[in-house]
Amino acid sequence: MARRTSIGVWVIHLLLWIGVVVVAFPFVWMILSSFKSLPEFYQFHFWPAQWDLSAYRQVFTETQYGRWYFNSIVVAVVVTASELFFASLVGYTLAKFRFRGNQLIFILILSTMMVPTELLVIPWYVMSAQFGWVDTYWGIMFPGLMEAFGVFLMRQFMFGVPDDLLDAARIDGMSEFRIFLQVALPQVKPALSALGILSFLGNWNAYLWPVIVVSTESMRTLPIGIGMFSTADNGGLQWNVIMAMSTLAVIPIIILYFIFQKRIVEGIALTGVKS
Amino acid sequence: MQPVVLEPRRAPVTKRPPRMSLAARRALTAYAFLVVPVLFFVGIRILPTLYAFGMSFFTDDGQGPTLANFRAMLADDTFRRALGNTLLYVVITVPAQMAIGLVLALMIGRVRHLKGFYRTVYFLPYITSVVAVSWVWRLMYDPNSGIINEVLGWFHIPAQLWLRDPHEALLAVSIVMIWQNMGFAMLIFMAGLEAIPRSFLEAARVDGAGAWQTFRWVTWPLLNPTLVFLAVTGVISALQTFTQIENLTGGSGGQAGGPLNSTVSMVVYVYNAGFNDFNLQYASAVTVVLFLLILLVTLVQLKVLNRAYEY
Repeated sequence: MARRTSIGVWVIHLLLWIGVVVVAFPFVWMILSSFKSLPEFYQFHFWPAQWDLSAYRQVFTETQYGRWYFNSIVVAVVVTASELFFASLVGYTLAKFRFRGNQLIFILILSTMMVPTELLVIPWYVMSAQFGWVDTYWGIMFPGLMEAFGVFLMRQFMFGVPDDLLDAARIDGMSEFRIFLQVALPQVKPALSALGILSFLGNWNAYLWPVIVVSTESMRTLPIGIGMFSTADNGGLQWNVIMAMSTLAVIPIIILYFIFQKRIVEGIALTGVKS
Repeated sequence: MQPVVLEPRRAPVTKRPPRMSLAARRALTAYAFLVVPVLFFVGIRILPTLYAFGMSFFTDDGQGPTLANFRAMLADDTFRRALGNTLLYVVITVPAQMAIGLVLALMIGRVRHLKGFYRTVYFLPYITSVVAVSWVWRLMYDPNSGIINEVLGWFHIPAQLWLRDPHEALLAVSIVMIWQNMGFAMLIFMAGLEAIPRSFLEAARVDGAGAWQTFRWVTWPLLNPTLVFLAVTGVISALQTFTQIENLTGGSGGQAGGPLNSTVSMVVYVYNAGFNDFNLQYASAVTVVLFLLILLVTLVQLKVLNRAYEY
């Protein structure tokens, strides 16, 4: 009996390892390919003939890659900070205050979750053209500054904050805003980190809206920069440069992911289960 | 707000002006906290939604409300292709990524070592940039020098055209989507499996149920909410497929969605109509159809979930 289970477990490990190879291989291939010279892409080569750094040099001399990186960081950080702040503020207010219109406001916000981004990008574009927001940071960022999902999630967690704690702070004479910031927020840290991770990844990888609102090369975010460079017809695909760009975009995220993997994985599972 | 009522003058008493009740003051705080967010949601989400609906009933020639956009859509072969392809993406990717995710979650649940490692690796594609991984897959799919054909060659399977073959391209795109999303399904299934009380499984074992019977009659029914959640989120995101198709099939002389419209999805169609042909009203009409599809899925979800809780 014991022997049979152990064989079963070995078979499972074997299958899981085959899966690991399939799942991880594209990343390995991306890195290997970024070190090849362009002619090597016309025949099959597994290893680079020699480790060639010219693709990386091209990334920084022939494109505005550094700028795209900067843009991506600015957009992802600002939008995430805004979303965290407003989602928790609104979630807190809806969960902890009794006032006329509470339900109505909640339903109003929740109803926006049903509307897909695709329906909104056209009005947003018309709006941006009208107000001069096209090709600006504000234009890229404004749609994401608040999200109904975040409000919903934070409201769920704010219900769990004990009222006694808030009342005690009120008796101490704290202002309502400081109670929110210094008493309520620390109670929902796991939810904040989960939402923050989701929001950051979502904005870091966002494509549909930025590709519409950005028109000059210097305002592109990383995904738009990589996508536009790669699809531009400049005499065939420059595979080594495309792979170098992808590697530089993906590797920092993978490193961060391995460092914080427990928190990231559990955070995403948490938000999935909660909703 | 209470209307102001003038009270008859009383004998002057040295009192502070009447203070708001505690409840009123707290309500005022709440409104102060909510005013900016409510303006945002109305201005950036709700009014634009209504605007998009409104736009879909107008055309460039200045005619009043008309169904012309919807009629043109139904008459357009590319739109029908986009709708059909989008449904194919749903039908191919959602069951596949859920099945793989469930098998992975069950297998990882059975081993004692390396659990965290497996979970981390399988989830990795889900968090990486769709654009970057699409280009890597495009390189791997390359018919002449791609590694996929090379590996098939080891097993004497003839080289395929993949993304360049109208009959294979949609499947090739779907494989990338499945590869990227199965880790999410796995993660949610793992959480769902962990939520099943151990005593249920032990009770089944005591009653003499085998592994399959336990799964079929205990685990599977208890996973129902997880299944519904994954099915709905999976269907909704498959209906919105865009970035993979743009990057796997776009450029190099061809519009995204090729070859021969074999991979075009509804959102790619919207993008081409709105931002390549600049027919924003027509594009809005297509997004209205997409919205209705998503709404339908959401309503079905509510119905299924309610039924699940009945017993």
